[in-house]
Amino acid sequence: MTNKIKVEHLDFYYGNFQALKDINMDIHQNKITALIGPSGCGKSTFIKTMNRMFDLIDGTKATGSISFDGTELLDKNLDVVQLRKRIGMVFQKPNPFPKSIEENVLYGVKRHGDVPKSEWDELVKTSLKKASLWTEVEHKLNQSAFSLSGGQQQRLCIARALATKPEVLLMDEPTSALDPIATAKIEELLEELKKEYTVIIVTHSMQQAARISDYTGFFLNGELIEFGLTKTVFSNPTDKRTEDYITGRFG
Amino acid sequence: MEKRKRHQTEEKIIEIGLILVSTISILTTIGIVITLFYESYEFFMEVSMIEFFTTLRWAPVFDPPSFGVLPLLSGTLLIAVLSSFISLPLGLGSAIYLSEFASKKMRQLIKPLLELLAGIPSIVYGFFALTFITPLIRQILPDTSVYNALSASIAVGIMTLPMVASLSEDAMMAVPDSIRQGAYALGSTRLEVALHVIVPAAFSGIAASFMLAISRAIGETMIVAIAAGQTPTFTLNPLESIQTMTGFMVNMALGDIQQGSIEFKTVFVVGALLFLVTLALNFIAKFVIQKNREVY
Repeated sequence: MTNKIKVEHLDFYYGNFQALKDINMDIHQNKITALIGPSGCGKSTFIKTMNRMFDLIDGTKATGSISFDGTELLDKNLDVVQLRKRIGMVFQKPNPFPKSIEENVLYGVKRHGDVPKSEWDELVKTSLKKASLWTEVEHKLNQSAFSLSGGQQQRLCIARALATKPEVLLMDEPTSALDPIATAKIEELLEELKKEYTVIIVTHSMQQAARISDYTGFFLNGELIEFGLTKTVFSNPTDKRTEDYITGRFG
Repeated sequence: MEKRKRHQTEEKIIEIGLILVSTISILTTIGIVITLFYESYEFFMEVSMIEFFTTLRWAPVFDPPSFGVLPLLSGTLLIAVLSSFISLPLGLGSAIYLSEFASKKMRQLIKPLLELLAGIPSIVYGFFALTFITPLIRQILPDTSVYNALSASIAVGIMTLPMVASLSEDAMMAVPDSIRQGAYALGSTRLEVALHVIVPAAFSGIAASFMLAISRAIGETMIVAIAAGQTPTFTLNPLESIQTMTGFMVNMALGDIQQGSIEFKTVFVVGALLFLVTLALNFIAKFVIQKNREVY
């Protein structure tokens, strides 16, 4: 069992508000780690520390350590461009760029300039295939991404993230804006993706966490209450609060 | 029931009132167009269109007069193009800085300042051009005329810059933040996000601000009347004294001309041409925006 990311004593602040308190967690390679908990518990904040998206918000501060294959992610001098290439992200609402489907997939590659032009077509194809969108869009790659349905747009965003060949995929409630059918498609897809990628997914749905993840972390008020194998967390939680949450007594 | 009926009557009255109000501006426009084209028609009864559009000498008050409008047209276009070289890139640059780079505090400080710049009356810019920019140019290029197109263009460019900056910034700020975050999450730098995502997404708004700036430059009167000169010259040399269409019109309007005379009609025919140029520009803008629109 390899640790892809090791989080130790992570504290996180929005101004004076402490959003995360002493988080310790091991993210295992080629597994799906689900983060659950009620709104405002810090689970979204937590995944945003891993690709340093919080840099974009004024007045935020993270202390402690996040080690990604031995690289310290909280290092001030870290090249976040390289980091975000290795750790991709999919957001709550589909957010394709107002460009063609093909342009969306190629966006990262064009910025990083590390794939020769001759391989672009192939990259578009494989990325869209991995996101199981290829058959639906192969004849309209030049159409606007906004011509797609919400579920297709979200899979396009996944394809876009995969095209930069990341090692880790962060997903912040990727199905919360989608209907059940589109959600099922994405869940199916995750099963495939974990063969190649390490996936961390924030979800508001405990059923989803139970269905798809290998590990589950339960957050409450900025603390990681419980973390372990999904099976164990759901069938035999050690903390009373976890039990209350997963049995639907609050949240 | 009574009450409902009364409400309906009120609604109707208000609706008619609003229609009347909006009709005023439409009627005014129609009135202006009719006057312009009626007087222009009279003008062309006396002067041939061929002379007007193809000859290179504009001297309507001389004896014998000549009515080649091209020098005025070239003067106007020269000012429009040169001022665009200043207002468009600097305005867009400021907008990119304000929307993508500046901190909130900085934005709150700079934006009102920019808008202040936009509120300065154009006659002030005109004197600024004549008494500050022109001497500066003449120090570098001593052969420059006292009245010259370059100085006026710079002033017009500075005057229209805040409009480009402010409107472009509005368009860029209107791009949803989720799109910006998506771009950052893919490992883009700030500049890449600005140039490859935000500017294309806000293109229609930015283009509209460009067109508005160019239209204002074409219609700008006081600066060019003061700083560009009163010599209709068919030239592309910005260091020479020129006259624009608006410059000519204000000049004529200040002079002593008789209603119904040919000089009087020239003001209208030049006005009509100005109107057509601006109209054409608007159509081009619409077309460009439509063709490049990125919907989000």
